Amino acid sequence: MNQDIFVAIEHLRGKVSDISYIMLAAAHDLAHSSGGKVVAILLGHNVQELAGNLKADQVLYADHSFLTDFNPEAYQKTLAKIIDEYKPRAVFFGQTSIGMDIVGGISAQLGLPLVSSVRTIEADNKIISQICGGKIMAECKLPETTALITLVPGGYKPELGQSTQLPPITSIPVQMLDGLRIKLNQYIEPETSDVDISKESLLIAVGRGIQNQDNISLAEELAQAIGGVVCASRPVVDQGWLPTSRLVGKSGSTVKPKVYLAIGISGAPEHVEAITGSDVIIAINTDPAAPIFNIAKYGTTADLFDLVPALTEQIRNIKG
Amino acid sequence: MNIIVPVKLVPDLVEELSIDASGTALDTAWLRMIINEFDDHAIEQAILLKERTGAHVTVLSTNVEGVDDLLFTAAAKGADRLIKLNGDFESGINNHTLARAMATILRDLKPDLVLTGVQANNDLDGSIGPQLAEYLGMPYIGYVSGVTVSGETVIVRKEYPGGLIVEMEASTPVLLGIQAAEQPPRYVAISKVRQMMKTMSIEELDLSTLDSTGAPVVNRMFQPEATGRATMLPENADNAANQLVTIFKELGVL
Repeated sequence: MNQDIFVAIEHLRGKVSDISYIMLAAAHDLAHSSGGKVVAILLGHNVQELAGNLKADQVLYADHSFLTDFNPEAYQKTLAKIIDEYKPRAVFFGQTSIGMDIVGGISAQLGLPLVSSVRTIEADNKIISQICGGKIMAECKLPETTALITLVPGGYKPELGQSTQLPPITSIPVQMLDGLRIKLNQYIEPETSDVDISKESLLIAVGRGIQNQDNISLAEELAQAIGGVVCASRPVVDQGWLPTSRLVGKSGSTVKPKVYLAIGISGAPEHVEAITGSDVIIAINTDPAAPIFNIAKYGTTADLFDLVPALTEQIRNIKG
Repeated sequence: MNIIVPVKLVPDLVEELSIDASGTALDTAWLRMIINEFDDHAIEQAILLKERTGAHVTVLSTNVEGVDDLLFTAAAKGADRLIKLNGDFESGINNHTLARAMATILRDLKPDLVLTGVQANNDLDGSIGPQLAEYLGMPYIGYVSGVTVSGETVIVRKEYPGGLIVEMEASTPVLLGIQAAEQPPRYVAISKVRQMMKTMSIEELDLSTLDSTGAPVVNRMFQPEATGRATMLPENADNAANQLVTIFKELGVL
């Protein structure tokens, strides 16, 4: 095993994902204590230019037409071989729909330890993970063998993983990728809708606390009175109470309104990562321990079923 | 089509969580456990496939407190076979251990399709799906929110950020990590679950030696210190509404 820290770069349709820069930032911290280099692993086809602003000491570039788009099988095979060959101190993956599809398989295949939901790496190689919807932190020691780590956003600024200096790029051979059992058919674009919540300045967001579909009207009435738009966290959209175009979070939109009013939203990490760009977050939740209060500027534990109608009423009176 | 759905119970995050005396695990004494919500979607997706194209659905879980209710509920929704896995789960069980042990059992069940939740709220060593797939030698696709089966071909909709979907195709056997079923998990009346308790039986299988290699050792668990804390407004709804109006005015949105 050497002391280098590897980062499995993620990119989607020609753009490097933010999590890649966040991983590079974390990798530099870890490399500082291990004394190794930060090495970015880039997989794809004719995407060498994506390496341009990666803050890394070296880029290992695997180019193959079968790696053009993310294919869990092809990516896992390729990355497993690279990791097995180089045996770095640690490898970062994104805790995303790309990284999480392959890291578990690599861990099982190579028999390497895996720590997930990692937010930061502290002094003495203490790995801090965030579990139970952000309500619990777990501290593990960096395993002694090559460690696979999946990173969530929030612990490092993406800017710290970017550089204006082109890193040295080394092309590496790609093993045979014939006989893949998974193939990509097509991309399906997000449904176009009446509103683009990523561009709205006042969002009224509802979460699991809204309890049922009929209650969505409470938020809609408030939005109508004040001139905002209703959006939601994952459970509400999964229930079919609001369309996917209104989803804020990991698989949905990242928003940056002037005001984000979170109603009955606990503040799970997947949701929080998509709203931190808001100017002001206001949270209504009866659970005083809800993590949403840690990032909100204002909060109340008032019952939403009393507060929201009262607020709508007051605003209607003001506006006449 | 033979569909297997491995599911697990996870802490109910609505309840207050606390750390036990060892300082390295959740205090289970007061912990309320519920089905992992993504597993609930996996069950729903399996039942939808059964209704659409015909399938035999087996739901299995570890034998811990609450498992019978979980399995009988799955039966009330339409599962055909229920299995609980015996082992020493006293101090909890991680995904590496479970995936390794479960693989030997699943191999004998010869599934065409394995559906499981894409993640669980207490995962600390990755999610179980991709590990299980690797031990079974099956391909894995996660973050799936739609599944169509046609013969031996499975077509899935996988979610990417920003609402982008990618359609992928695989031939059976395949393991899928379900993010969301095509419709919300159905509700079943308690009476129907009770009826299942009388008419269905739960098979018990023993897990082989438990080997936790690959999972991290937790040195400490703690509740996060708030880096910031909201200025709290009154709990009384009318007073809170008053103050919110003032705040909205200050922020220029009213």
